Amino acid sequence: MSRITVSKTYKLYIGGKFPRTESGRYYKLKGRSGKLLADVSRGSRKDLREAVVAARKALPGWANATAYLRGQILYRVAEMLEGRASQFVDELVAQGSTSAAARKEVTAAVDLWVHYAGWSDKFQAVFSSVNPVASPHFNFSRPEETGVVGAIAPESSGLLGLSSVLAPIMVGGNSAVVLASRKRPLCAITLAEVLNSSDVPGGVVNLLTGFADELLPHMAGHMDVNSILLCSEDAKACKAARELASENVKRVVLRDDAPLEEDPYEILAFQEIKTTWHPVGV
Amino acid sequence: MAVESAHFPDLKAVPHVDQVGVEERAQRFQKRSIKGPTKLSALKLAVTMLDITTLEGRDSQGKVRQMCAKAIHPLPEDPSVGPAAAVCVYPRLVRVAREAVGDSGVKVASVATAFPSGQSRLKERLAEISFAVGEGAGEIDMVISRGKFLRGEFRLIFDEIARCKEACGAAHLKVILETGELTTYDNVRRASELAMAAGADFIKTSTGKVSPAATLPVTLVMLEAIRDFHERTGRKVGMKPAGGISNAKLAIQYLVMLKETLGPDWLSNERFRFGASSLTNDLLMQIRKQQTGRYQSADYFTKD
Repeated sequence: MSRITVSKTYKLYIGGKFPRTESGRYYKLKGRSGKLLADVSRGSRKDLREAVVAARKALPGWANATAYLRGQILYRVAEMLEGRASQFVDELVAQGSTSAAARKEVTAAVDLWVHYAGWSDKFQAVFSSVNPVASPHFNFSRPEETGVVGAIAPESSGLLGLSSVLAPIMVGGNSAVVLASRKRPLCAITLAEVLNSSDVPGGVVNLLTGFADELLPHMAGHMDVNSILLCSEDAKACKAARELASENVKRVVLRDDAPLEEDPYEILAFQEIKTTWHPVGV
Repeated sequence: MAVESAHFPDLKAVPHVDQVGVEERAQRFQKRSIKGPTKLSALKLAVTMLDITTLEGRDSQGKVRQMCAKAIHPLPEDPSVGPAAAVCVYPRLVRVAREAVGDSGVKVASVATAFPSGQSRLKERLAEISFAVGEGAGEIDMVISRGKFLRGEFRLIFDEIARCKEACGAAHLKVILETGELTTYDNVRRASELAMAAGADFIKTSTGKVSPAATLPVTLVMLEAIRDFHERTGRKVGMKPAGGISNAKLAIQYLVMLKETLGPDWLSNERFRFGASSLTNDLLMQIRKQQTGRYQSADYFTKD
């Protein structure tokens, strides 16, 4: 007897839950052979709004968690990802990768999470400084989280690109609202399941699927988003986003449409340097 | 209305409340779609209906002054917003608030009668009202003795409210039923009838110190009591849901319910108020959102 296939509904990930888009819209994602892979949620500006609210709410808890805890949680993400490697490989292949490339991408993504987990209790020490000043003050600078970061993940890479955007944002104590690749969205929602089962507090990461040209202006103009990361080579869109972002002086980080390098300076991109002047006596 | 003409209501004639029906009806008010200019005018109306409230042990004169400034100019860059209807404080801070609001049109309301429990002798409660009125309060928010009410001493409750109304003099009287402690809609309906018959100018759901505070269904029960009372006597009693109304969306749902239950006559701060502290900023943020198209951040609005 033939069995009816049970296929996964790809929804959004907001505030630790997996809601459908409030708009009820979706777009059809087709594989190489033209076969329907999924009806993917087409997130709306209201989904973005809810995601930012969730990210803002989760921010203090995540930013104040110890570096050790954040590191452990990121390492846990790597563990969970490793355990579900074959599922990610299948999704990448369905979305057009060769199986060798897909396996390579999943391995690279796992390694990337381990890499940033390791930086968790080290980057502050590396980027902090004690500064010479000409007065009786002990003057030191240290990086702190920027806040809520909105990101448009690379279009060209479904899993590694998204991971390379998320990990440096998260390890620095920020919360994130990320729009996944339009043509490669499947791994994003599966990655959300990984995050959800890795003790990442709900709301720290919020993943949307949908169209960047629709959501970017709302993300860039949102007064409660402190920084945006754009992995895009569309100069016009980047310029428009920068203009919108200027209203509340968002930190705008521009990158190519490719996975970000494993690099501690990518953590620093989402940090603010706080300098303290501490009076010293005799 | 003169107190002498207050008559004890016929409680046997008070209809029973259909709990399921009321809750379902209230739920339907949450499904109206209010957009664009209509939404903006609803938000602005809601701001003018605010009783901006601070009722905490740590309230200071500075906080009250700051709150009054906000009540007068809720959105400093846009004079078309506000002012709020009133500020609501403890009796000891009425004088400070009175001086701070000046002739801006913002009224000063004070809770009295051993707020929030109401557990002291009537003599002291009346004295507290007189004190607050003497300090310059234009509106008094009193609490009823819920313990006595639940024991069925309706006559006593009626008399207490009437005496409080008398003590208020020219000041308006809002009667807090504390619906969270009355347990059933039937009790809420009965208490509403008692309060209105005894001379209340407003009936109010809650102190904000007990959970659950205001909800849509309980407010609907009270609005229907007001509607029936108006049909019987011709007197228009006001309504004030308080506590738990923390966002603009919910506030608009209350306005929809108000309009559809009592009609446009009640759509002004003479007859409807929101008792809230955190609602103000959300209303202001939504107004800015409507005007600019940008989602707003709490970072850019004053906390008090």
